[in-house]
Amino acid sequence: MTDHKPEIDEVSGVETTGHSWDGIKELNNPLPRWWLYIFYASIVWAIVYMVFMPAIPALPGTGMTNTPGIRGHSDRALVAEDITQLNVQRGQGSAKLLTASLSEIETDMNLQQFALAMGESAFGDNCATCHGAGGRGAKGYPMLADDVWLWDGTLSGIETTLRHGIRHYEDPETRNSAMPAFGRDGLLTPGEIDDLVQFVLVRSGREGDAAAARRAAPVFAQQCTSCHGADARGNRTLGAPNLTDQEWVFGSEPRDIHQSIYNARNAHMPAWQGRLDDATIKALAVYVHSLGGGEK
Amino acid sequence: MSFMKRHATLERHSLLLTVGILVVVSIGGLVEIAPLFYLENTIEKVQGMRPYTPLELKGRNIYIREGCYTCHSQMVRPLRDEVERYGHYSLAAESMYDHPFQWGSKRTGPDLARVGNKYSDEWHLDHLIDPRSVVPDSIMPPYAFLAEKKLHFDGIEDDLKALRLAGVPYTDDMIANARADLVAQASPNMDYDAEDALVARYEAIAERKGTLKISDYDRNPAKITEMDALIAYLQMTGTLVDFSTYEADDLNNRR
Repeated sequence: MTDHKPEIDEVSGVETTGHSWDGIKELNNPLPRWWLYIFYASIVWAIVYMVFMPAIPALPGTGMTNTPGIRGHSDRALVAEDITQLNVQRGQGSAKLLTASLSEIETDMNLQQFALAMGESAFGDNCATCHGAGGRGAKGYPMLADDVWLWDGTLSGIETTLRHGIRHYEDPETRNSAMPAFGRDGLLTPGEIDDLVQFVLVRSGREGDAAAARRAAPVFAQQCTSCHGADARGNRTLGAPNLTDQEWVFGSEPRDIHQSIYNARNAHMPAWQGRLDDATIKALAVYVHSLGGGEK
Repeated sequence: MSFMKRHATLERHSLLLTVGILVVVSIGGLVEIAPLFYLENTIEKVQGMRPYTPLELKGRNIYIREGCYTCHSQMVRPLRDEVERYGHYSLAAESMYDHPFQWGSKRTGPDLARVGNKYSDEWHLDHLIDPRSVVPDSIMPPYAFLAEKKLHFDGIEDDLKALRLAGVPYTDDMIANARADLVAQASPNMDYDAEDALVARYEAIAERKGTLKISDYDRNPAKITEMDALIAYLQMTGTLVDFSTYEADDLNNRR
């Protein structure tokens, strides 16, 4: 500690530090008191915080955990409580949804309204990304708001699709079928595929080359009927679409149809079981079923 | 000297001040930070974590190269709204093989920590080629070029070796077979022995079945593109941990 007599500056009346540069002296203004008090108060606060909140990690190797603090605060415990509380808020509706059978939900007005509201919000979060807002669909992603179903349009069928997905191979109960890539894998010649495109156009009631369609008929009978049916009306157990209607998941243009035959499509929908809880899946099934084309 | 002037002692002696600062800062570091590197309970014990497969690792490198982290976080925080929207909050264990981690700090787009298996491969393909074809109000730039660009994986062994130095448990076997594993994961139904070997190698560490997906991610069997790698990575994020065996209520897991 340098012992110097405090020198008082004449003009300001403030003590100087004793440092002088070319006769200019540095004033030793004290820190503002309010600042200093807050500084000491924050040190005290840190100690209080350490007592109440988790603060100090354990010594490595001792097998202890961090100091939990008197409040026993835990972000992870809090969120668990929040979620439990949320389920309580959703309350009876959610619990009832879990136990009620799908047909009971259909008949109980209140429960149905609850399921629709819950389903709508879950749909926006998880399903609209592919199937579009309100289930309007997009090229490659089936429209859910109409009454054309690839697999199963009943309430329980929709629930099964939601739970296990389509061609979601991580789930052994997934809906599964595989269309061969007739062009890519050389199962049909380019000429045969061109003829088949005309055949599909004609069968779906549009203009096409009738001669080519006639040529393709035996090819269709041999290669396609096992899934799409002799009448080309599809087969729901295999997710094979009806080729005679005007609904086209992958586009209705001749080049789209050509692409479908050449490379095959075999679209995939993930399984939602495990990702969404049972009540949400049920609510989603009810919501999708209500969009326009739900079947009995 | 009054109590309020005590600080002058430190302030007038630069060496004493330096020593004082050193003591305070090192207490902070030694008490609060250093133990986290050695404590066993810093990283939860979970089932299912495994190192990235070579294809996923390549995809991760593309994710970093393209700066995906500037708009997408990979960290579901333990808050009700996030758990409701994205799923289980992220665990420390889920980043334990990440060098560097991709937690991010900004969400212009949604969090991607649990995007794996949420959408189909085709959706990711459509979305990366033209985001607005599936999400009309998206502002994400298109990444269509990834589908054209052939994936260069000549140095993949070195990538694995470097990560092993950082503590990722890649085995000699994994490094020796890195190229074969990469090709096998992007080419389903080509070489079943190679596929089985790949699955066996990585599931042995995961101690859990079904953490590994083999798919022609970009729907172009003619070549392995950067799109294959990126979708492979996106489709596995957040899917490894088996939450059916994870006990969130365990005191060691409460933090």
